Amino acid sequence: MQFFLEVLLGGLLTGIMYSMVALGFVLIYKASGVFNFAQGAMVFFAALTAVGLHDLGLSLWLAIPLTMLVMIVLAMAIEKIVLRPLVNQPEITLFMVTIGLTFFIEGLAQAIWGASVRKLEMGIDDVPLEYLLDTLGIAISQFDLVAAGIAFVLVAGLAMFFSKTKVGRALRAVADDHQAALSIGIPLQQIWVIVWGVAGFVALVAGLLWGARNGVQFALTFVALKALPVLILGGFTSVPGAIVGGLIIGASEKIAEVYLGPYVGGGIEGWFPYVLALLFLLARPEGLFGEKIIRRI
Amino acid sequence: MFYREAGQFKATYAEDNQIFPIRQDRIGITLILLLAFLVIPLSASPYIFSAILIPFLIFSLAALGLNILTGYAGQLSLGTAAFMAVGAFASYNFMLRLEGIPVLLAFALSGCCAAAVGIVFGLPSLRIRGFYLAASTLATQFFIVWCLTKIGWFTNYSSSGVITAQQIVIFGYAFDTPAAKYLFVLSVVSIMALLAKNMVRSNTGRSWMAIRDMDMAAEVIGFRPMRTKLLAFAVSSFYCGVAGALYAYAYLGTVEPEGFSLEMSFRILFMVIIGGIGSILGSFLGSAFIVLLPTLLNVLFHFLETELHVELPSGISSSVELMVFGALIIFFLIVEPHGLARLWQIGKEKLRLWPFPH
Amino acid sequence: MKVALKTLLTVAVLTAGSAALAEDQFIPLPSYRVGPYAAGGSGFFGGAVDYMSLVNANGGINGVKLIWEECETEYNASRGVECYERLKSKNGGASMVEPLSTGIAYGILDRVAQDKIPMTTLGYGRSDAADGRVFPYVFPLITSYWDQAAGMIKYLGEKEGGLAKLKGKKIVHLYHDSAFGKEPFPVFEAYAKELGFELIKLAVPHPGNEQQSQWLQIRQAKPDYVILWGWGVMNPTALKTAQRNGYPTSKILGVWWSGSEEDVIPAGDAAKGYSSMTFNTPGNYPLLDEIKKKVYGAGKGNMEDKSRIGSTYHMRGVTAGILWVEAIRKAQEKFGKGKVMTGEQVRWGFENLNVDEAKLKALGALGMLPPVKTTCLDHEGSGAVKVQQWDGSKWKSITPNWVVGDRAMIRKMVEEGAAKYATEKKITPRDCSKEG
Repeated sequence: MQFFLEVLLGGLLTGIMYSMVALGFVLIYKASGVFNFAQGAMVFFAALTAVGLHDLGLSLWLAIPLTMLVMIVLAMAIEKIVLRPLVNQPEITLFMVTIGLTFFIEGLAQAIWGASVRKLEMGIDDVPLEYLLDTLGIAISQFDLVAAGIAFVLVAGLAMFFSKTKVGRALRAVADDHQAALSIGIPLQQIWVIVWGVAGFVALVAGLLWGARNGVQFALTFVALKALPVLILGGFTSVPGAIVGGLIIGASEKIAEVYLGPYVGGGIEGWFPYVLALLFLLARPEGLFGEKIIRRI
Repeated sequence: MFYREAGQFKATYAEDNQIFPIRQDRIGITLILLLAFLVIPLSASPYIFSAILIPFLIFSLAALGLNILTGYAGQLSLGTAAFMAVGAFASYNFMLRLEGIPVLLAFALSGCCAAAVGIVFGLPSLRIRGFYLAASTLATQFFIVWCLTKIGWFTNYSSSGVITAQQIVIFGYAFDTPAAKYLFVLSVVSIMALLAKNMVRSNTGRSWMAIRDMDMAAEVIGFRPMRTKLLAFAVSSFYCGVAGALYAYAYLGTVEPEGFSLEMSFRILFMVIIGGIGSILGSFLGSAFIVLLPTLLNVLFHFLETELHVELPSGISSSVELMVFGALIIFFLIVEPHGLARLWQIGKEKLRLWPFPH
Repeated sequence: MKVALKTLLTVAVLTAGSAALAEDQFIPLPSYRVGPYAAGGSGFFGGAVDYMSLVNANGGINGVKLIWEECETEYNASRGVECYERLKSKNGGASMVEPLSTGIAYGILDRVAQDKIPMTTLGYGRSDAADGRVFPYVFPLITSYWDQAAGMIKYLGEKEGGLAKLKGKKIVHLYHDSAFGKEPFPVFEAYAKELGFELIKLAVPHPGNEQQSQWLQIRQAKPDYVILWGWGVMNPTALKTAQRNGYPTSKILGVWWSGSEEDVIPAGDAAKGYSSMTFNTPGNYPLLDEIKKKVYGAGKGNMEDKSRIGSTYHMRGVTAGILWVEAIRKAQEKFGKGKVMTGEQVRWGFENLNVDEAKLKALGALGMLPPVKTTCLDHEGSGAVKVQQWDGSKWKSITPNWVVGDRAMIRKMVEEGAAKYATEKKITPRDCSKEG
């Protein structure tokens, strides 16, 4: 029982880490209907820029805002050069263009900062909480708890932003139809810069947390793969869905690996979340919290 | 003036039904085939065969397979490499376990295996659409590769899980030189491409396109979505499976399951989108773009460094290559969002009018 | 199609443009300097290039200068094959090739035999390729995965006070779920049976940036040792996750792909006390000083970050360079000093390599790598490894002597594997008694 609890809690906390990355996807999909394949590359780029600046001698508290500035500039450039000419193009073209963007950002990051692996110290020790270890015998990392707290604040903030502010409502209009939104006077260009900027911010936070966990290196782009099942489970358009999806995926993949894995040779974490998400989708084709798809002839 | 169809009348049903109804197209395709079958084998170097043309053709076939599914039937899939893996490992096992089986039969059977797997993993498409479907096809990708890694029987219990493809021998002739392999791949690919071209304008192809354009409407007017979608998955996976078998047998020789990675699935999807969704020609153009461009950039940068003495620190040139590659993808999509095949359409239009544009 | 043909022609023209001048010994370098494994690739190929620059600065091999050309593979098998095909006939023909990638090595395994170009796979690739009768053109020099796995068990046994003491112990093999991670299975299984320890195999799916469930299983099993068979981001993640689950780092023993600075630095303090295998003794050597002075002093160094000179990957690259150059030198002794060797001649050199301690001393690299002596039967030439420990800032060797596992057992497995390959591919093994 105690071990099960440990697996479950570990899974839930890991799930939150996945949610952080999934959030970036949701933001952009929600506000522009673009499936932003480059989110993983943005996570990498943001974390590498922050650590790179830090390694140059800046303090981390200066490096992070500076990186945010870089991400905003990046968002503006993407809007101006990439998205603006492609207004109202089919989804798949926009998807493809973000793949081109992925290559570009990955190349850019490595051209500026080199290919070496860097260390990031956030000042929070990644060790099990002694209190829990002594009383319950459960190892829960305090770093994971802090990360979960940050994720919670982020999601609450974003959910408010989307539902309560004028910009948030405009975002939702843009997501439904680019041209219609333009015609009723929503400043599409500005909206896009804002969304990509916010997605850049989320990427930075996710990149810092993941980077502190595993080191800042190219493999950060792979965390996007972990975010995809979260995304389909929670729905592409729902911010709370990303969190709930992350929790479900995280917990179930750990439980499956620990209790099912040994019987089939292990290593099932790679595909299990996708199969799980798939099963969910068969019941609800738009994800748990996605907007109901109404189709007419 | 060069591409005028005026004056070409179709007087019989046979003429009306031919694959290339326009004379210029017929001449063009004959010329290309002549070039590919006669001129290139006589003139190209082994490097061109084994490092450029063979992968180009194999990836074209895989892109063609995906294009049938994505471009014609409208089902986005990210599991292409997994179907290729099924093809490669199935043909290895057919050749290994059935003594004396003809190579082409083994390839066809492996295609059928891939098709069967495709049908199973195509079932969710009956309920799931768009990017949700795309992300769930990732389940296929990871699950199949995992199975091939875990189940020793597929790799004949090789300790490291790699398979070594047997030789391609047809009627006692061993296809072992690059040129021979090229001709083998070219024959398979051209026959399958022609079949695909024919299929997409048949009843089957039209039903796919009806489902793609609006599945509910198609259902209302009497297309059975289940049959149509699953058929698309089966045919597409068959093409990918054969491409996978060729990839193992005519290109790499020794393959590991991890070689058929998600990255490869993505690459094939890029080919389809860059080349042109719903276009047979586009599959070839896209494959050329994605297979050749990185090589070309590499050669170009190398040329800059050695001949023009542009000194770049080591590592930078690789990164810049990646950036240029990404930028070119973006550029092409902005210039022509419907893919390279569309450029050819526009070109045809221009040729038709030239030199009198009005 | 037209676009395709046009691009083809351009490639053809550009490749043909730099046609051969057979005055220098040409070595193609299918390297990778971007992507997830770039840290390893840039270190290794940087080291090899540095050593070759040094050889050139010292007048080449009996007057023959080395030239090389890099080609970016991104660690991708099909790009690697393209690079190999592009470079193999340039500049008078490649004399050898080293892809530092399992996928690419498999992809060109058949091709090198056809093209008569020897391929070295330093510490990776097919372990059974050590049988030179079946794989005349492949050289898994120094040690293969199997020999290393045997070395690991030997070391753990010594640590316990004798191999027999491993009886009843629990050892976890935590591996990257791929051909690479599964390679040592037969060795560990054979040892587990022979010595009577319990072997638990835990797979980590690629890329391995999340290992909570594996380490929870380890925490529950409470093994005596964990063998970490990881790669790339999997290594720091393993160390960090071990720490967060309270498993002592000192009980983790890594494969050599888990034993470079790049693998431990991101893990920070979690890596302190962790040990891994290596085939280079960490430290400074006169050879490295010479490289710093003559190569970097002249501004020709390949490493962007000079602090990485002498790092694990860099030293591994230098080691590769030494063995390549010695093979060419050996070939020249037989086929004519001061001449450019063909691939086939260099192959002979690799097969008759004898880098003994005197030779290493002369090079200023005594102790950096084990002595290597290859024969037609044995393309590996050593099988010796060392264990190194990370003290928080640098690697330190913790075994004074080279560790060698049960080579007779490994040899038997190599021959079985090679024989199976030979029957599958219908290869008739060479008769080594007839080779000169």
